[in-house]
Amino acid sequence: MAVQDGTGLIGGRLGLRPAAAWRGGGILVLLAAAAVFPLVFTNPLVTTIGVDTMIFVGAASAWNIFSGYSGYISLAHAVFFGCGAYTAAIASNDWQLNGNVVFATLPLAGVIAAGVAVPFGLVTLRVRRHTFLVVTIAIFFIFQLMAYNFSFTGGTSGLSAPFLNWLPQSYNNPFYYLALAIAVATFALSWLIRRSRFGLQLRAIRDDEGRTRSLGVPAMRVKLSALVISAFVIGMLGALWFYFIAQVLPESGFDPAFDLSIALMAFLGGLGTVAGPVLGALIIEPAQQYLTQQFPNAFLSQIALGAVFLAVIALMPRGLIPTVAERITSWRAKRSNRVPADADVAGPGKAVPAAEPGPAADASARENSR
Amino acid sequence: MGRQIYEAVIDGLLVGAVYGLMAVGLTLIFGVLDIINIAQGILVIVGAYLSYVLSVHLHIDLFLGLFITVPAMFLIGIAIYWVFIRPLRGAERTSMSLLATYAVALIIEGVLYWVFTPGYVQLNAWYVTSSVRLFGYYLPYIYLFAGALAVVLVLAIYAVLYRTRFGRSVRATVQDQTAARLVGINVNRVAALTFGIGVAVTAVGGMVYGATNGGFNPNSGYDLISRLLAIVILGGLGSIAGALVASVFMITVESVVDIWSPNWAIVVFYAALVIVLIVRPSGLLGRPLAREQ
Amino acid sequence: MTALLRVEHVSKSFGGVHALDGCTVEVDEGTITGLIGPNGSGKTTLFNVITGYERVDSGDVFMGGTKITNAPAQRAFSLGIGRTFQLTRIFPRLTVMENMLLAAHHRSRGQGQAGSRTRNPLARAGGTADRRHAMELLEFTGIAGYATALAGTLSYGQRKLLELSYVLAAEPVIVLLDEPAGGVNPSLVNHISGRIREMNRQGTTFLVVEHNMEFVMGLCDAVTVLDYGTVVATGPPEIIRNDPRVLDAYLGMAEEDDDASRE
Repeated sequence: MAVQDGTGLIGGRLGLRPAAAWRGGGILVLLAAAAVFPLVFTNPLVTTIGVDTMIFVGAASAWNIFSGYSGYISLAHAVFFGCGAYTAAIASNDWQLNGNVVFATLPLAGVIAAGVAVPFGLVTLRVRRHTFLVVTIAIFFIFQLMAYNFSFTGGTSGLSAPFLNWLPQSYNNPFYYLALAIAVATFALSWLIRRSRFGLQLRAIRDDEGRTRSLGVPAMRVKLSALVISAFVIGMLGALWFYFIAQVLPESGFDPAFDLSIALMAFLGGLGTVAGPVLGALIIEPAQQYLTQQFPNAFLSQIALGAVFLAVIALMPRGLIPTVAERITSWRAKRSNRVPADADVAGPGKAVPAAEPGPAADASARENSR
Repeated sequence: MGRQIYEAVIDGLLVGAVYGLMAVGLTLIFGVLDIINIAQGILVIVGAYLSYVLSVHLHIDLFLGLFITVPAMFLIGIAIYWVFIRPLRGAERTSMSLLATYAVALIIEGVLYWVFTPGYVQLNAWYVTSSVRLFGYYLPYIYLFAGALAVVLVLAIYAVLYRTRFGRSVRATVQDQTAARLVGINVNRVAALTFGIGVAVTAVGGMVYGATNGGFNPNSGYDLISRLLAIVILGGLGSIAGALVASVFMITVESVVDIWSPNWAIVVFYAALVIVLIVRPSGLLGRPLAREQ
Repeated sequence: MTALLRVEHVSKSFGGVHALDGCTVEVDEGTITGLIGPNGSGKTTLFNVITGYERVDSGDVFMGGTKITNAPAQRAFSLGIGRTFQLTRIFPRLTVMENMLLAAHHRSRGQGQAGSRTRNPLARAGGTADRRHAMELLEFTGIAGYATALAGTLSYGQRKLLELSYVLAAEPVIVLLDEPAGGVNPSLVNHISGRIREMNRQGTTFLVVEHNMEFVMGLCDAVTVLDYGTVVATGPPEIIRNDPRVLDAYLGMAEEDDDASRE
């Protein structure tokens, strides 16, 4: 049933109002909590988790803007992250930047990452969706390789950040608030896109790309735009992360676990929803960080990441938000004893002659997913 | 210089044959199940480690050890399919399977790090270090044996596909899963067995990789999967002949470029992939994409 | 009457199969033209060639005087050609209303209302005018009650109506219908037939592929018969149903249909 249609339609309006109020209120509460978080929890270990979490909230949302809405699952977004990180590294080193001004390189990192996204998209968005996923993996490795081999990226030793002389107690705070700002902006952008014409085209592409073309949708342009937007955000986050960690290496800037993490977060929360990736990141990143701090053996966290991912796609393939929303809807319907709206009953207005059940939708869905 | 190129080409052809075997496994899995087994790379490393354990701890010869590692990998393949792939349902099944194999790969890599530590190991035997004199240069025996074995196994796969009833079921499933089901083919069984075969070949690839690569560790899985992916996409997903041609071609080219610049040799690999994707998105021998319906 | 859509001597082969063989078809403006023929006679291929899903081997396609041979699907759409598919294609994860809005965004007759054609891509999908227009169409076809339902939850017949609705939402000049009555119960067939006739009265031209003879003969102004990729007969329904070449093409099946419909 139409659970999450951000367009708030006729007939649904009355029913949605209290729900929309709940949602709006909930978001405000969360924002307030997020804003005071580092002031309440001053322990740097905790705020570090906060920074990482906010970075991933933004990254997962940005990834979802492209992969979630269009259905083109990309495992190469680490490319944009790494490009952003390296851009910041090269810029801050070459231009001898220091202090707060380093953050001015963030938009530059975003632009570079977006610039990379254009040829990337032009080449890869021409293949079928499943080939696309594989191609993104291959291209990811190209970039990792280039990072190892080029001298301006520092080769295997990578590059380091200039020393930022802030107070150690509140050192994390500027990073946290910047990451929070980017995360909130990305969330808002994601929401705007989903209810917009652009977002509608994207989501239609996910369902049946060929059909959208025959309805005049410039599919390549739409997909590419989404990719560029998500790359821009992730590039900025890569730069921010670089300053936070103070160093970038080929395997950390271009880390396959990054790709799988943001994909997992989006899947867990609900691929293609607005709040899903945020929820997923809020659940997974703190857990991951906590585990890493407790058990420095990185291999265990890698195994855990893979295992959790498998559990999620096996048990809750559509993600938390759609599954929970569905439960609430059927619970509500049962409670008020209403006939669920998808029974074969003619709606108000013209009576529709009883239509017979036909071949399952799966047939066309399967055809289209090839 | 000419001799160097000549050497590189022979090496490339033989090693290419081995990669071809692994690529065939990968593309076969795609043809039948419509999924790309991202774990193929790390499974090769598992095969390598298995050979390592047999060789170092049980003193079993590498090639003889294949009689153990190949069936072992076959069973591992079936297990992976049964536990992680088969239960997936829904319209997004194919994307999910891809991500599932990616997750499985991460898990296996973690386990390997845990069990074997990040240290590099190398497989050894007399034929790894000694060479045969061939037309004026020295070719390590291992290349010769491995290349021959790869060719034999590929021919065996062709024989199974085109001469046995099982092979016919496989080809039918590749063409149309639903139709295959309707004529009584147990698609699940075909899928499981195909996955098993596709993974079993990594035992051979793993042994050769472990012996000829100058050392490996769990991280080597990435190097492998990225090449294998490039190869199967280049050759056309689902095309066995394509996988072989692409494999031999790419590895040979890489081998030749390696003479001038080892670092850039691998880049040539990917550059070829990108060029092919621009010109012919379905790969060299893949089914040409009909104008999108 | 002028030919709105013209297919001239088009040939298209798939391997050894000549799907279309020197096929010439004309659809006059304002008519409902039927396209019939036995299975494999090339009807769907003809549609594919017109709408840019297949390239021709030879021949040309003209829409309103403009040559659109081998043009991509977007071009055919922008010139006002709409099309439905045998296996109904809708967007299952979008709501019915969203399906409509998607089609309405690029209204091919380009009336360019400011409300719906805002420059800002981030503007809310579908302005008030678009939605009202979409609801009118949904009421016209009879599925307005499902506007907020996910398209994937609709039954087969409802999907057919949805596909017809959103194709109409794009305000096409001509609509190519591929088996609109296929697999649907008789009362719904009459409903669909009535809707087509009404839209035609308002100026939309139709080219309909159908196997249901009663449907075709009752609805169409002109009928073209295809066999082995080429036209064997064309004319008004009464003439066609008695044409020996047509009967021959169907190997006597038309005779049986004829008997049944006379009862």
